[in-house]
Amino acid sequence: MLRETPSQTAGPYLHIALLPAQAGVSYRPVGANALASSPLGFQAAAPAAPILIEGRVLDGAGAPCRDMLIELWQADGTGHYGGAFRGWARTGTDFTTGHFQFETIRPGAVMGAPHIAFWLAARGLNMGLHTRMYFPDDPANDTDPVLSRVDPARRGTLLARAEGDRFVFDIRLQGEMETVFFDV
Amino acid sequence: MDEFLGREHGHHPPLLTPGYKSTVMRAPRYPLLSLPTPPGMQVGPVFGSSDIDLLDHDLIRNHATTGDPIGERIILHGRVLDEYGRPVPRTLIEIWQANAGGRYRHATDNYVAALDPNFGGGGRTITDAQGRYAFRTIKPGAYPYPNHTNSWRPAHVHFSLFGTGFAQRLITQMYFEGDPLMATDDIFNTIPDPVARAMLVASLDRAAAIPLDSLAYRFDIVLRGRRQTFFEEGHDAS
Repeated sequence: MLRETPSQTAGPYLHIALLPAQAGVSYRPVGANALASSPLGFQAAAPAAPILIEGRVLDGAGAPCRDMLIELWQADGTGHYGGAFRGWARTGTDFTTGHFQFETIRPGAVMGAPHIAFWLAARGLNMGLHTRMYFPDDPANDTDPVLSRVDPARRGTLLARAEGDRFVFDIRLQGEMETVFFDV
Repeated sequence: MDEFLGREHGHHPPLLTPGYKSTVMRAPRYPLLSLPTPPGMQVGPVFGSSDIDLLDHDLIRNHATTGDPIGERIILHGRVLDEYGRPVPRTLIEIWQANAGGRYRHATDNYVAALDPNFGGGGRTITDAQGRYAFRTIKPGAYPYPNHTNSWRPAHVHFSLFGTGFAQRLITQMYFEGDPLMATDDIFNTIPDPVARAMLVASLDRAAAIPLDSLAYRFDIVLRGRRQTFFEEGHDAS
């Protein structure tokens, strides 16, 4: 057996390749898909009504992390992965405000309540962190097999807040309401 | 699809490593909640050649406008395998690095070393059917960073990988054989096990060098393997 290559922090400059527009880098296009002209992300039009997710990632002092990579991975509206709807996107928290925002669709249920997987990487994180966002008003949350494994006192950290037409999902790396992170 | 083998956390850096100060306010304090790989994490996003531009793997050319970048020309290549030694084909690899002087082309890097007008520092490629990949770039320089008063990073290249399931998602750093700064680097040494650290050190590969043009370094990457299930109810033995 081989052993997995160990993880290392992504550091503060991950945007150069992963989010070049945010780093202020452009690459010389030869074909149609150079780094700058084709930020990786959704390929297909969303098949259902879009939703907006926004939030911040807060450190142990409650300060917003302004250099965080956030990726989401989710099922399509019918609960399937990897069809015409790519289901994956990435963004960075804003260098000034620390906010992130995704426009996506509400996923269907996959063996439990509808949810969106989040993955975080940045300076100060020696490994990427997996968590998931659930929707606050979904009755399936009560019987979700993953949520039911979480200490009831901490389940709320995985629920987005509905605010008007948006869902707000703040992720706390430390502190009293530390978000639940998973080893999957 | 099957679950992934559990991650050996002792082989990775702990989340909290006070010698690398940025972890102190960012490392979660609760233990991670371990789960058998949920079905949605056994699969992951699929990228193809339509996502990649012809020059994305060539950091000597993909930002150059007035000439080649300054620095030692190198080939970085290797294979992506899983823990069973099987190649991981058609998987996206993204890299980023400083220029030959140790300066990143990034809005928040203000190190005194000069930017190179012909070097961007980002690249990406997709492994072939045998899990092989290759980039052409210049060797990055060492640089100081604000950790302790005289902290320096050894030359390194950041690697981001996807694999075939989102539970395999990995970001790491590659170092260069023989670099004396590795011994005192607070980030390289967040990994406690020297055998694990050695997996991040690319070896000089004279056989892959291009004579009169570029040296080569080899860096093989191992992603988590899928658990092999020998006895499972409900499967047809045929």
